[in-house]
Amino acid sequence: MPDAAGLELIAQRVRAAVADEAVLGTHYAHEQAMLEVAPAHVRGVLTYLRDEDEEPYEFLASLHGVDYLPEQPRLGVHYQLLSRARVERLGVKTRVTVEAPVVPSVVDLFPTANHQEREVYDMFGVLFDGHPDPRRILMPEDYEGYPQRRDFPIGGEPVLFTHNEHKLPRWYD
Amino acid sequence: MEITRTKVDPIESPEAFRAKQLSAQQMLRGDLDGRALEEYVEERVMLTTLEKAQNWARRNACWPLGFGLACCAIEMITVIGSPRNDISRFGAEVVRASPRQADMIILSGRVSIKMAPVIRRIYDQMLEPKWVIAMGACSSSAGMFNNYAVVAGADKFLPVDVYIPGCPPRPEALMYGINKLQDKITQDPSLGWRERYQAEGTEESSA
Amino acid sequence: MTEEPDQPSMPDPLAAPYREREKSVTLERVAHGTAAETAELEPETELFTLNLGPHHPATHGVLRLLCTLEGETVREVKPIIGYVHTGIEKSMETQQYWKAITFVERMDYLAYFANAMAYCNTVETLLEEEVPKRAQYLRVIHLELNRIASHLFWLGTSALDIGAITMLWWGLRERDHVLDLFEMSTGQRMHTRYFQVGGVIDDIPPGWEQKCREFLALFPARIDQYEALLDKNEIWLQRMKNVGAVPKERLVELGVTGPLLRASGDPWDLRKADPYSSYDDFDFKIPVGTIGDCYDRYRVRMAEMRESCKIIEQALDGLPEGPFITTNRKVALPPRHELATSMEALIHHFKLVTEGFRVPAGEAYKAVESPRGELGCYILADGSSKPARVHVRDPSFVNLQALAEMSEGGLLADMIANVAMLDPILGGIDR
Repeated sequence: MPDAAGLELIAQRVRAAVADEAVLGTHYAHEQAMLEVAPAHVRGVLTYLRDEDEEPYEFLASLHGVDYLPEQPRLGVHYQLLSRARVERLGVKTRVTVEAPVVPSVVDLFPTANHQEREVYDMFGVLFDGHPDPRRILMPEDYEGYPQRRDFPIGGEPVLFTHNEHKLPRWYD
Repeated sequence: MEITRTKVDPIESPEAFRAKQLSAQQMLRGDLDGRALEEYVEERVMLTTLEKAQNWARRNACWPLGFGLACCAIEMITVIGSPRNDISRFGAEVVRASPRQADMIILSGRVSIKMAPVIRRIYDQMLEPKWVIAMGACSSSAGMFNNYAVVAGADKFLPVDVYIPGCPPRPEALMYGINKLQDKITQDPSLGWRERYQAEGTEESSA
Repeated sequence: MTEEPDQPSMPDPLAAPYREREKSVTLERVAHGTAAETAELEPETELFTLNLGPHHPATHGVLRLLCTLEGETVREVKPIIGYVHTGIEKSMETQQYWKAITFVERMDYLAYFANAMAYCNTVETLLEEEVPKRAQYLRVIHLELNRIASHLFWLGTSALDIGAITMLWWGLRERDHVLDLFEMSTGQRMHTRYFQVGGVIDDIPPGWEQKCREFLALFPARIDQYEALLDKNEIWLQRMKNVGAVPKERLVELGVTGPLLRASGDPWDLRKADPYSSYDDFDFKIPVGTIGDCYDRYRVRMAEMRESCKIIEQALDGLPEGPFITTNRKVALPPRHELATSMEALIHHFKLVTEGFRVPAGEAYKAVESPRGELGCYILADGSSKPARVHVRDPSFVNLQALAEMSEGGLLADMIANVAMLDPILGGIDR
């Protein structure tokens, strides 16, 4: 992993190459390096990190979504990058709100993002701008709601105990 | 360790065996009649009702549909394939791929809401008589997944005959469940949902 | 199988609304026009949509493949998944950290120890918890035994798909030995809940090491038996050679890891590259293929089973003495005999069982090498005793995207071989 100093250097280089407001912050904890990026500049940052940086990260290991409720902006999209030559991992994250959940798609940069972005859309409702096939992948296609958001109820059936079994409607009612 | 050997009693004495041979010779020549002929026939023919024979045949050749959903499917394949526990000794090794040719469906694994209509359609495509075994905790109730994505038990949309608990149930447990189903077929197939609803089968409503 | 009536301009079968597609097949002939018009259409240019539905004997789990065929050649294949989606990740948010281990084991249901390892590794990173050496070695032994069991099951079912049914009996026969070992040390054949945060739940019983060595003594001869059947088998070679080869650069772009990537020549293995749980103490090789066709994938997995035997043997030889779980009572349960004498132990036990340990706020992503590739686990902790978000980066989910690359342009039967060699586990794909 890049250490804390290395992470700051990466952040500096990204700011210099892409835009000053692209990098919103850096987090380093438990030897995990995380770069926070503005949603509009995601493509620029990832292209830079993949191609032009002196320490490139060419492998997208994981693309997943997070719901940071109650912190705002709520929905986060994480890109776990891996450099196989140096065996280093870098996390890039961006956060969007529920009202404007649009993030540019990186499928042309990393083809592995195809199914993974569909999963983030399916579970969190983040719209990926430019994705070739924006459909739900895990839930039935006419499902309403985004299940893995924190305010979506867990669902399921109430468990029957003796204290509540006469209160719950049964199938023969 | 003391080992004692005893000779197993022969099924019949040599004299009785000779008598049987002579009576067979007589029957073939047409020399037996009346009471002797009746006794001869009764000794050799099994009488039963047609239903019992039918049930006996059905229980011993209950072909499962090859239908694995999740982790319980691994244990089900172990039962079908492993040399240690195998269901071919119960006549059920012929796993059919087509529901038209299968007798029972073993729902092995969690039933998600996307898969439930598919299972229902496959169940409808099976021909009577058909039986359902809900294997594992997830298809009997919701199992440990009491959430938005899992149907809480296959008996919400299918009539189930035998429930096998476990997560996943041991292969021996699955075989015990299949044995229970076989007992049910021979003794009283009207047990369970068929008697409760006075039904012979199910049909899909158009709603 | 659903047939859609062919129209001259082939519309995307997925464009119709979802519920429309679920209507039953109609057998009326769709009028294409007069005989003169249809005579102009060449039969070879008609594209035929075939639905290898979620229930099919040749898919490994409930995978639905929508194939567009031209004759017998596959022009396009779209996998449709989600038929065993169980909402495990969301369920884990409602459970304490140690209870969530049972949920995460059921994702990739053939590599249950690997799932638990990825999760426990991540939680230990967040807690900054040291795992004692003995526990690390025990974890390695169980992980490698699980790798052998997973590859044996893969071998049996893949050979069954291709038609070599004998392999199913043989593979399951050996797998029963491994499951017996698991049952002896953990109490369960599958989904053993053996790995806990901080170590393993209990030490191996006396006699287990002996039984494990007996298994290791007989197993390489069994692998020789399998290879004698399949390696030079004419039918196997014809079905596997030069089928489904994808260049390794394309595989890296698609995010593929594991035996699929190693078969195409790229020696990337997390056990060597980024060792976790004392894997760097052991001496083993990484089998690598040449062109990455199905035959190479088969050979790589067979060689991996042999290497796993070596690792287990070295781990058993060097198994250190010591505790099998961390001695930090705030994270791991105290041993039962202490509960009778020590008040503190009782309080720790009570707190751990009712509320569970709390993990300070933070996020971490750690990956392990499961039998299918890189299995990563991301956890967002918010300071309470339940994780706020768990995401498992499942290797089968990402590897499935390579199926289209491998199959398009090949025959339908080759696509079945590709699915078999891809080793998808739908529990991990759908979670």
